[in-house]
Amino acid sequence: MAVAARKQSRAASNATEAEGQGELPELNKDQELEAYRLMLLIRRFEEKAGQMYGMGLIGGFCHLYIGQEAVVVGMQMAAKEGDQVITGYRDHGHMLACGMDARGVMAELTGRRGGYSKGKGGSMHMFSKEKHFYGGHGIVGAQVSLGTGLGFANWYREDGRVSLTYFGDGAANQGQVYESFNMAELWKLPVVYVIENNRYAMGTSVSRASAQTDFSKRGVSFNIPGEQVDGMDVRAVYAAGRRAIDFARSGQGPYILEMQTYRYRGHSMSDPAKYRSKDEVSRMREEHDPIEMVRRRLIERHKIGEDELKTLDGRVREIVNDAAEFATHDPEPDVSELWTDVLREA
Amino acid sequence: MATDILMPALSPTMEQGKLAKWLKKEGDRIKSGDVLAEIETDKATMEVEAVDEGVLAKILVGDGTENVAVNTPIGVIAAEGEDVSARSGQPNGAEAKGVAPNVEPASETGSGTGSGGGQAKGEVPAGGGAPATVPAIPKAPSAAGSPPQPETTAAPEIPEGTEMVTMTVREALRDAMAEEMRRDKDVFVMGEEVAEYQGAYKVTQGLLQEFGPKRVIDTPITEHGFTGLGVGAALAGLKPIVEFMTWNFAMQAIDQIINSAAKTLYMSGGQMGAPIVFRGPNGAAARVAAQHSHDYAAWYSNVPGLKVVMPYTASDAKGLLKAAIRDPNPIIFLENEILYGQSMPVPKLDDFVLPIGKARIHRTGKDVTIVSFGIGMTYALKAAEELAKEGIEAEVIDLRTIRPMDVETVIRSVQKTNRCVAVEEGFPQSGVTAEIGMRIMEEAFDYLDAPVARITGKDVPMPYAANLEKLALPNVGEVVQAAKAVLYR
Repeated sequence: MAVAARKQSRAASNATEAEGQGELPELNKDQELEAYRLMLLIRRFEEKAGQMYGMGLIGGFCHLYIGQEAVVVGMQMAAKEGDQVITGYRDHGHMLACGMDARGVMAELTGRRGGYSKGKGGSMHMFSKEKHFYGGHGIVGAQVSLGTGLGFANWYREDGRVSLTYFGDGAANQGQVYESFNMAELWKLPVVYVIENNRYAMGTSVSRASAQTDFSKRGVSFNIPGEQVDGMDVRAVYAAGRRAIDFARSGQGPYILEMQTYRYRGHSMSDPAKYRSKDEVSRMREEHDPIEMVRRRLIERHKIGEDELKTLDGRVREIVNDAAEFATHDPEPDVSELWTDVLREA
Repeated sequence: MATDILMPALSPTMEQGKLAKWLKKEGDRIKSGDVLAEIETDKATMEVEAVDEGVLAKILVGDGTENVAVNTPIGVIAAEGEDVSARSGQPNGAEAKGVAPNVEPASETGSGTGSGGGQAKGEVPAGGGAPATVPAIPKAPSAAGSPPQPETTAAPEIPEGTEMVTMTVREALRDAMAEEMRRDKDVFVMGEEVAEYQGAYKVTQGLLQEFGPKRVIDTPITEHGFTGLGVGAALAGLKPIVEFMTWNFAMQAIDQIINSAAKTLYMSGGQMGAPIVFRGPNGAAARVAAQHSHDYAAWYSNVPGLKVVMPYTASDAKGLLKAAIRDPNPIIFLENEILYGQSMPVPKLDDFVLPIGKARIHRTGKDVTIVSFGIGMTYALKAAEELAKEGIEAEVIDLRTIRPMDVETVIRSVQKTNRCVAVEEGFPQSGVTAEIGMRIMEEAFDYLDAPVARITGKDVPMPYAANLEKLALPNVGEVVQAAKAVLYR
């Protein structure tokens, strides 16, 4: 998975970071620490969610983000307050990266009243107006048109915000994605399309589903610039994210980032993942783990001691355990909630 | 042999138009393809092109004549030297009507290949699948007849003494949008041909000129995409009006309407909703066949999280569209192409907003309740007139909103009349009338002196042939018959 950031089509004019084969801009110590903390939070949260699913506390579908943490964390580091985020159903990591409360996310997973949607949305449908997180969408590809609409609202209001619209390699084959690309470029909407290519659309590998497997080229016929990015390396994600977001914010229109990433777990909790070898998964975990890469750099380059990292690990575990505890004991929604939030009072 | 040039139809629903001006004068030599005249309707202008060759022997309808019925002879093309002095401006019914439209290229001999001497060419709305060249066609089916002028009960929402102005449903809808756009800068309209073309059915006429291209947005032909985009903009707090050229095309976008617009408020625990209006012509127009004639009232009315509005009168169209734009929920606003051109009184008020979810008793009566909505009201009202001639007083209720349904008004009427006929153009199974019947059974069973009857569109895809199309739609006779049946007469 040695993919360096590669630019094609139109070049972003204001890219300042070094780029190209091999050389990646380094993050400073604070950035590395923050990336590490956030990725670890997502990893531990998802592990706990998987455990709670096994215990029957979480129902329905539950799609874990383990392995892909660098994508959303690197992008959020590149975004500004007010930029919107929207994604599909593999959304827990995005919510945590947006700063949403772990308790509220976990309690939604368990269908409790303290959940972000009062227990009425579940794993795939959570939102936070306050954190500019627009879901959490269960229909593959629908979020791409919606995210383009968020970009439209920014364009309409001229408020300088950028819509970060995430979708997977599977969604990238949906028709409305291209309808959206066309309008976004036609009207120069501030949207960054982040394609999280984790190699499998449920059980179908990219090569079995896509005639053009280079997703960064999916905007070529609309003149949307695109890059392939090593989505396992938070530095590469951050650098590409800055280029793309700056481009969109400056009024030049949409930008596509293909994040080459990998999910360690099955598509959902009920997926035994027989479509790939154990070797493939363990090789990714051992050689390209996004968290381990940062951890090594923190120790080797930034001289952070094991003790300090252990303390950080402990704090993350505390947050996750507290969220799990809350989500286990928080009551289910009041039965009267069945009838609320169907329509707003006119 | 002389050939009549007939007043052509611009669209399948056009019944009359204005002969704006002749571009040829009597005595001019005509070859096929020459532009003979310009005609206008309230939604478009176009040129009348010669199909036959010869001399423009006589002009039967002069420049500037208004309300020229489709298929009226407007001029005569004759062979060189032929005497046509006997021809008058009276329509020659036997020759001019019910003939096959002439769509063949003009023959070189100059003798007409049919009696349609002219062929329309020009700004024909693309919507509804109207071809770019529309030959004269037979009259639209029954519903397209002249608008009924029933005895209506005064709408309770209009203060007594209010001045009424006559306008078309099309103008009422346009005014509603314009007023709301003036009032709230977050309101914008987007869709295919809404801006520069002035609306495929001219409903958005003038909006681009007043509000500019940022608020009146022509989209590519991309229903799924622009619907999702509109919903996204609404989630972000804007108030889009998304026009579908027809609701038939919205099936490409129905996932975004149902899964994204209708459900997000609930799925977000009330945090985020979509204040958006989806509007456009719905149901059968005339002669556009199965893929352009579907009535979606029943479909959308099945979904919690949506409101479904389907007005009949111009006044309701205006007041309810204004309410829809202000409503914080996703609204399905079902219009009708045949009703667009009908003129009706609209109150002259600065801010005329009607409540969504309230039916209106359009005509009072004591013997039988007829419930309908949208264009179904045309059958209901005409049937009530017919029944009145036989001494039967029908009470006609216009639901106006399908969801939430004002069942209370229907029940109160049924408690009085003890009999009910429900009318819609949609399909029978799981239709809106099926719902009306069920609700009456649930809430007023003991008041019924007869089972509730329904008159609906037939359970077949809409046929193209004029006679079959007419059969597929409800008609006044069926409603009269049903009313008599529930009265055991």
